[in-house]
Amino acid sequence: MTGVLDLTAAEAAARIRSGELDREALWSAYHERALSDRLHALSWVSDELNAPPVEDEAPLAGVPVAVKDLFCTNGIPSQAGSKILEGYKPPYTATVVERLISAGAPLLAKTHQDEFAMGSSTENCAFGPTLNPWDTGRVPGGSSGGSAAAVAAGLAPWAIGTDTGGSIRQPAALCGIVGLKPTYGAVSRYGMIAFASSLDQAGPFTRDVTDSALLLSAMVGKDPCDSTSLGLPEPVLLPSAADLRGIRLGVPEELTGEGIEPGVLKAFEATLALAEELGASVKRTRLPHAPHALAAYYLIAPAEASSNLARYDGVRYGLREPAENLTELYTRTRSAGFGAEVKRRVMLGTYALSSGYYDAYYGRAQKVRTKIAEDFDRAWGEFDFIVSPTSPGVAFELGAKTDDPWAMYLNDYCTVPVSLAGLPAISIPNGLSDGLPTGFQMAGPAFSENRILDAAHALEGAIGFDGSKARQ
Amino acid sequence: MSKTTEYEAVIGLEIHVQLATKTKMFCSCANVFGEEPNTLTCPVCLGLPGALPVVNARAIEYGLMMGMALECELAEHSIFHRKNYFYPDSPKAYQISQYDMPLCSGGRLGDVRLHRIHLEEDAAKLVHVGASGRIHGSDSSVVDFNRCGTPLAEIVTEPDLHSAEQARDWLTLLRVTLRQIGVSDVNMEEGSLRCDANVSVRPKGSSKLGTKTELKNMNSFRFLMQGINAEVARQTELKLAGKRVSQETLHFDPATGSLSPLRSKEEAHDYRYFPEPDLVAVAPTEGMLAAARAGLPELPAARSERYERDWSLPLDTARLFAFRPELGDYFEQAATAATEADPRVVANWLKDDLAARLGADADPAASNVTPQALAKLAGLVQARAVSSSAARQVLDRLVEAGGDPEAIIEGEGLGAMGDGDELAAVVARVIESHTAIAEQIRSGNDKAVGALIGPVMRETKGRADGGEVRKLILAQLGQA
Amino acid sequence: MLTREQVLHVARLARLELTDEELERMGEELSGVLDHIEKIGELELDDVAPTSHVVALENALRADEPRPSLARDLVLAEAPDPTETGFRVPSPGAGS
Ligand SMILES: [Mg+2]
Ligand SMILES: [Zn+2]
Repeated sequence: MTGVLDLTAAEAAARIRSGELDREALWSAYHERALSDRLHALSWVSDELNAPPVEDEAPLAGVPVAVKDLFCTNGIPSQAGSKILEGYKPPYTATVVERLISAGAPLLAKTHQDEFAMGSSTENCAFGPTLNPWDTGRVPGGSSGGSAAAVAAGLAPWAIGTDTGGSIRQPAALCGIVGLKPTYGAVSRYGMIAFASSLDQAGPFTRDVTDSALLLSAMVGKDPCDSTSLGLPEPVLLPSAADLRGIRLGVPEELTGEGIEPGVLKAFEATLALAEELGASVKRTRLPHAPHALAAYYLIAPAEASSNLARYDGVRYGLREPAENLTELYTRTRSAGFGAEVKRRVMLGTYALSSGYYDAYYGRAQKVRTKIAEDFDRAWGEFDFIVSPTSPGVAFELGAKTDDPWAMYLNDYCTVPVSLAGLPAISIPNGLSDGLPTGFQMAGPAFSENRILDAAHALEGAIGFDGSKARQ
Repeated sequence: MSKTTEYEAVIGLEIHVQLATKTKMFCSCANVFGEEPNTLTCPVCLGLPGALPVVNARAIEYGLMMGMALECELAEHSIFHRKNYFYPDSPKAYQISQYDMPLCSGGRLGDVRLHRIHLEEDAAKLVHVGASGRIHGSDSSVVDFNRCGTPLAEIVTEPDLHSAEQARDWLTLLRVTLRQIGVSDVNMEEGSLRCDANVSVRPKGSSKLGTKTELKNMNSFRFLMQGINAEVARQTELKLAGKRVSQETLHFDPATGSLSPLRSKEEAHDYRYFPEPDLVAVAPTEGMLAAARAGLPELPAARSERYERDWSLPLDTARLFAFRPELGDYFEQAATAATEADPRVVANWLKDDLAARLGADADPAASNVTPQALAKLAGLVQARAVSSSAARQVLDRLVEAGGDPEAIIEGEGLGAMGDGDELAAVVARVIESHTAIAEQIRSGNDKAVGALIGPVMRETKGRADGGEVRKLILAQLGQA
Repeated sequence: MLTREQVLHVARLARLELTDEELERMGEELSGVLDHIEKIGELELDDVAPTSHVVALENALRADEPRPSLARDLVLAEAPDPTETGFRVPSPGAGS
């Protein structure tokens, strides 16, 4: 039955449609795989032994999906990796998950994550860290590490996660799979447990670019329940490009210089050469404010988070510590329920918004955000895509960065500028450095998902990455 | 106390009005009062993880209507903010409200300027249940989220009021206006109208404002006045004693009528406002403005002017009908139906006679007396076809059982007698039976005439016209 | 460098209770992060408009049409301390 597990989701879907593959067989193969998870990637696995029913013409044809813990799923634990929501079962399902299920992707499992998506290693998960299938002594990246590890290890054909500052792209890079963060507003946030509302965006984890397009096509769409959702102006198409003729790639100095590990840089430069062979023009450029993106991000995201996480007060759901009065109820519950990183960011965000500091911190960060968006706008006059390594380094060892917050935050150095500008970006596997995967990030103008997928498809073919080792 | 006259009160009001929309501000739960606790909630108004707010279009329309009615400047670009605070009545631990970009700015109603009107969401209800036994028998409360998320308009005035009475009268005017616009039930008892007051005192004539205190929980017009009076007196005492007024929030206790400082948590003052990232800006379009304008009825001020202009009613009558629309509407129907009657006469019969008979706030439209009937009656009086006193008897019948005035006059024989022989005969009979008074009149004491008019009217059951009777008496006694 | 008092004040605002070591550590970590963050203080941003949102969208409004609310048993299902009809909490001002 392992043959089934070697198929991409799109291949599996095609064979189910043509009758070559039995949907039940696909389900039970993955269900078995999921139950034998040794990476601690999954927080919940469906107890359905038979494949849940699927519409005949459903575009995803019954290929099951895994979703990050923080997506609310009716009656199924949705804990956002936090002790304060341990065992919490919502009375409703996130819009994007409903879309996937009705598109024919039954829910196979839910995946571990950094608590409230705050982290780059999945070590901040209240239920234990997820391991990287390429080297179980290392982290899978984060915050969507469970989804990335699950897809890389073949515990699920594909999965969805969320990206606030890099939480899809960075773990995808560290696990050697494809991760896409759509334009802000392309996918509904309704039912997605919030970290930073103005940045959070759901996206697909897949083995290849074609699967990414297929899964994305079922995720996008305007949602009346999310005031900030727009959908995409045109339907997502399956990519077909085999070359990059006429494509102009901009390589920003700020994201390709010091701070990037040599091995990662080497793999990146090699792919730039490949891109030129495929007909792309490659030119160095500048994003002058990119070096300040991390600072702006670590004010804006924590500020919004400090408010988004204030609702965890032990009154309506989740953890509650015994208390004699209201203040005790709040402080004891929150102090016991939140992990160290969450407390750190809630403190940072509360400070950034507190009277007397707003202008110097939050207000200023919003202006930096404007400058960063302007940098990209300028770039689009000259380039089709801005490319860089996805993460400055490869997967690091468990515990290596847990004592130095800023060192951990630096994982988002290349992904955060794109997030602040609300732009779409993809990370594709870009070969190995010391036997560990590296990622190639390609960002484009708002709503350029189809063009990004096409270009990524051409590059993917040229790179010819083999991820099968992680599925053994 | 005369010494307080050296000080004048400076009062501004902060009014919260629950909007009468069908659904809540940011979710589709029904916006109704008095349902079973926690039966009108959803992921959004419970603040469940992952839920998101979506603005109720009708709430924006009502906000715009209020802004137009109260002569505010309507924002071209308005946004919502988060006001962060921990309390069990706030499920998200922040209230979605407006901060530096409210929907409406400035404005005025009567002689009071408005500072702003902004939209926000109401909080949940906390019901105290006493010792629960659960947590070491400590006091506990139960939260009911039905009210949570009800659309609120917060109206903030400039400090243009100077007495409790003035505050009450202005709030009454606001209430009538809002009720006529139809955006709220404005019912203080049910809490759909809540009023806080900012009070300070200053030496008469001085133009600079003193330190103000904020008065809360005055949930009736009487309590509002009690609270303001108590606070003005307290602050005046302090000033006279050379002490300073400290800025604080005071809680009004309806039981004792006294004010006590609210336990102020030191952090209560840091709401950490920031733009609500889950919502986008509201930028009223031409269509939205037109819809709001179309929804606006005629407002009291305009209506009063129209009554003075078109029906030449005296100011006080015009005002009465303008601020009591049910009277105004009835009057307009009656005055239009009245072909022989002067609208002013109709107005008097309505406000003096009919209203009096029906009682304080009764709606005449709900009575047995149709506007057409009242108009006809007024016309008959004016045509002297029936005397005023007889007409009042006719009105009594109309109030009791309705019907047509003319028919009643016929049936009860209440028609005027004019100056016919019948009346002359009655007068002669009365003079004979009152020789003493008759003598006084003969000897020139006209005042005594009244003593004979009464009996004549009694005999004629009020059908005779008082003036006519007087003439006949004087004539028959040779005084004409 | 944040003072102990600042950290305490922020913790109080955020309703977090920190042990003395946590307080110590938090102060150092936040100060460390702020050292990096405060570099944006060097930028010239006087006439730059703030961006609180990248979405170019206005008037995302909902029609005023009621939809069914959740059943109460479902609403109370996850409550840590429910009564028959609602959510129990210590009374404001109780026990303090
Ligand atoms: Mg308010
Ligand atoms: Zn609701």
